[in-house]
Amino acid sequence: MPDKKKIADLHFMDARCKLIDLAAFFDRMDRHEGAADYRDQALRAALPILLENRGDRAKAVLDFLSDESTELLESAPFQGAFGAPMPKKGGAA
Amino acid sequence: MRYIEPHAHMVSRTTDDYQKLAIAGCEVLCEPAFWAGFDRASAQGFHDYFRQLTEYEPKRAEKFGIKHFCWLCINPKEADDPVFAREVMSLIPDFLEKKTVLGIGEIGLNKNTRNELTIFEEHVQIALMHDLPILIHTPHLEDKKKGTKLILDALGNFSALNREKVIIDHVEEHTAAMVLEQGYWAGMTLYPESKCTPNRAIDMLETLGSDRLWLNSACDWGISDPLAVPKCAIEMKKREHSAAFIEKVVYENPARFLAQAKNFSL
Repeated sequence: MPDKKKIADLHFMDARCKLIDLAAFFDRMDRHEGAADYRDQALRAALPILLENRGDRAKAVLDFLSDESTELLESAPFQGAFGAPMPKKGGAA
Repeated sequence: MRYIEPHAHMVSRTTDDYQKLAIAGCEVLCEPAFWAGFDRASAQGFHDYFRQLTEYEPKRAEKFGIKHFCWLCINPKEADDPVFAREVMSLIPDFLEKKTVLGIGEIGLNKNTRNELTIFEEHVQIALMHDLPILIHTPHLEDKKKGTKLILDALGNFSALNREKVIIDHVEEHTAAMVLEQGYWAGMTLYPESKCTPNRAIDMLETLGSDRLWLNSACDWGISDPLAVPKCAIEMKKREHSAAFIEKVVYENPARFLAQAKNFSL
């Protein structure tokens, strides 16, 4: 299996690009007019997970961005999904 | 490199894509019934779609030396109306006579509704009645974890179900382990934006093992790449995985699962 240097040689630039893109996305959201967006807020709230000392950060981020409710919906409110749990009316996500 | 594309929606792709798949080494392609990007207005629309899957696409693929198989169902996005869904499902038994039908799929959940779950369970019953394998779609993005849990709970109620004949698709890091731990197969879908990137899929192969996992492109009408599987194989090679390991993941594993379908052949 490749060592850390080989993995960094393979994937560092791609990860660097994605990190800068994320920073630029936050800058862009801050710069533009309008109400705060729950998806942007969810991404920012997930960031501390990246610095946790654990081996399953990708899973933890996906868990964080998941609907953790358990009850079935009576009908589909719409067909798509948006990447972060939609805040419930009058409360948090 | 030879490989099997176990999940592709070629009705939404061009003939050029078949050519690219063949050049990349695709020998077999499997096409689950799915949501075509808009809701069909009648069961007749599904009858035409099932004919396209069982009669037209195999011929289109054959021109490029690719064997084409399909799965049949009404997809979960159009299954929230149970009366309509049952009308479509009543068409399935006749099409099971077609020689390229593998099983029931891709069934599952979309927004995790009560009706979607009812129709999912009725599809499972059809599969059991006809001794067919099942291919399951798990919901998108924030709905995936909840939907996967609901699907696993529902499947757990079918005591006659052979879990080795069920593949639960579109797993990611937060759902793969729970699927594999319960004895099912798991599919990893390689998408440019959602689902898995090639390197995340390889991470899961390295951490979860490779015995009951396959890779697919699930290429369709959206942002997707019909060559995602061979591109992932190149990434595996860069990460120093052996040719034998790559062959196992992209060819032998799907062949082993699909061989459980009576109509499948290499």
